[in-house]
Amino acid sequence: MRVALFATCVADTLFPAAAIATVTLLERLGIEVCFPEEQTCCGQMHLNAGYPEQAAALAARTERAFAGFEAVVAPSASCAAMVRHSTALPVHELSQFLVTVLGVEDVGAYYPHRVAYHPTCHSLRLLRVGDAPLRLLRAVRGLELVELAQADGCCGFGGTFAVKNADVSAAMLTDKLRAIGDSGAEVCTALDASCLMQIGGGLHRQRAGVRTVHLAEILASAEP
Amino acid sequence: MSNEFANAARPALENAQLRANLRGATHAIRERRARVTAELPDWEELREAGRRIKDAATRHLDVHLEQVERTVTAAGGRVHWAPDAAAANRIVGELIEATGEREVVKVKSLATDEIGLNRALAERGIRALETDLAELIVQLAGDSSSHILVPAIHRNRGEIRELFRANLPGTERLTDEPQQLAEAARRHLRNQFLKAKVAVSGANFAVAETGSVCVVESEGNGRMCLTLPELLITVMGIEKVLPRFADLAVMLSLLPRSSTAERMNPYTSLWTGVTPGDGPREFHLVLLDAGRSATLADPVGRVALHCIRCSACLNVCPVYERTGGHAYESTYPGPIGAILTPQLSGLRAGASLPWASSLCGACYEVCPVKIDIPSVLVHLRGRVNREVAGFGGGGEGAAMGLLARAFARRSRYERAQRLGRALARPLARDGWIARALPGPLGAWGTVRDLPAPPEQSFREWWRGRRS
Repeated sequence: MRVALFATCVADTLFPAAAIATVTLLERLGIEVCFPEEQTCCGQMHLNAGYPEQAAALAARTERAFAGFEAVVAPSASCAAMVRHSTALPVHELSQFLVTVLGVEDVGAYYPHRVAYHPTCHSLRLLRVGDAPLRLLRAVRGLELVELAQADGCCGFGGTFAVKNADVSAAMLTDKLRAIGDSGAEVCTALDASCLMQIGGGLHRQRAGVRTVHLAEILASAEP
Repeated sequence: MSNEFANAARPALENAQLRANLRGATHAIRERRARVTAELPDWEELREAGRRIKDAATRHLDVHLEQVERTVTAAGGRVHWAPDAAAANRIVGELIEATGEREVVKVKSLATDEIGLNRALAERGIRALETDLAELIVQLAGDSSSHILVPAIHRNRGEIRELFRANLPGTERLTDEPQQLAEAARRHLRNQFLKAKVAVSGANFAVAETGSVCVVESEGNGRMCLTLPELLITVMGIEKVLPRFADLAVMLSLLPRSSTAERMNPYTSLWTGVTPGDGPREFHLVLLDAGRSATLADPVGRVALHCIRCSACLNVCPVYERTGGHAYESTYPGPIGAILTPQLSGLRAGASLPWASSLCGACYEVCPVKIDIPSVLVHLRGRVNREVAGFGGGGEGAAMGLLARAFARRSRYERAQRLGRALARPLARDGWIARALPGPLGAWGTVRDLPAPPEQSFREWWRGRRS
């Protein structure tokens, strides 16, 4: 099977490790990965910030960049939802692709850490990934999955919301950070690098001693 | 134009007591709602039925409204058309003045709150007494509502005790026991019900084919107002009309489970015109437009008019949970308010409200008539950017234009990546930027560090691997 990787502009620029891990993981599962280099941004930020014409141009651009592929895989629920909403591309979020399309839950990963999973809003309510990420995490050797209270509460990122309503965003983040702290996790993971940027930025500011790691990186980790 | 919502939210965010009250109240009702809706195996079908009914009702609203006028009139009521708040206030004021009464009792009503009826009546020397317990609390405090269903959600019982002791006679020894508080209100209100000659209400629904009007409530105080006085005046937004009586079966299943998380609400009052010897002798229905026709003209935004005011979206909203209702500076707070207020008031007032959301989607998930609130929020952001001068445009518009240009061509995008990395390099330490930054990045930095772009983008890694 051959898939095109939609790295997303966020991961490409700020969190390359998540996209690299996606390549590593998919190749380990015997999949040929292509990276159409014309891809940039899907236009979600422009759409959600109220610039629909610019968003439409970027969506059309994305559609052209991936034309002809039978599957496009993105390490982001939010961007995958945007592409699904605005193009006819056969796009899949990574965990959904693994569990639903490939039918794999045990990807052969080894990750000996206590991990809390934050279900991002768009993965829950736009893509409806359900428990696909949890199934994958439960099959990771060495990994201890800890309960996160009020897990489905928004982390407060919301794109430009994080700066336009920074105080409200901060209040939402504070509650999320408290829940992560209470969970006893060493690592907080999620499907979206953007939400992890919010959570990770907060954890780092608080010197909380908890890191954020994209799900792809956990799944790509192998026993030494 | 400044971000009014962000400014108005600040006092609430800093009020620890309020935050605790709101968190406790919204989480409790959230869980109860989830339980009682999960009981019904066909809840999703019921929501879809509700959506279809409201869609059909608003698509042919003109027809249904004219039918309401005919059926209400045939049943002995009178129908008035109010294009705006001032007209509605004038109609109600003149009707009361004609009776010579100086006091009226009120059923909890959002429409009359929206048009500022109590204030308008006070200017005519008429006192409007709120009889819904929470509305009474808000009125006694000289306060404004902060929730569609529980207007005094921002008050705790200690505060309510103080209000009652200061305002209701014979309450010197009142404690903060809920039962005692309710009893004090009951004694006070009972007197008013027995005296009142005129009542003013809103309406949850009106049925076009029969001319029946429906009010749904919990306390029975509404029922008192609707049955005891001689004159009843109902102010209803034009979007509340339902085509058929049978539509109530769906709506009355959806509403209580979504609002109070009850299988059925304690009091459902339905009346059709006037009935000799039973209830009010005179009934007037004031049909209020006040921006609704204009809202109907927006093919995306019009779904906001499907709202049945259950408040489920408020209770699940992570923003409302932190800010409470007052930050929205409107009768309609929360997610539904964020799409309703700017449309009803012509975008300028409430222009910041479409941004009062992280687009988490929790509101859409619980809405009993499936209003896609996030999509309407996004749509209204676009409209505000285009139509309201000085909002969204300016610096942000320019930045978004630059970004769109960068994303439009691969070479520019890659150049922007390198530029960003170069700019971040002197500011970063161990991969993070922890210092104060200018512009919107400054707002990011209040409680968060910013990850610095790593030395190699993904695409650079990809190219390096291939070669």
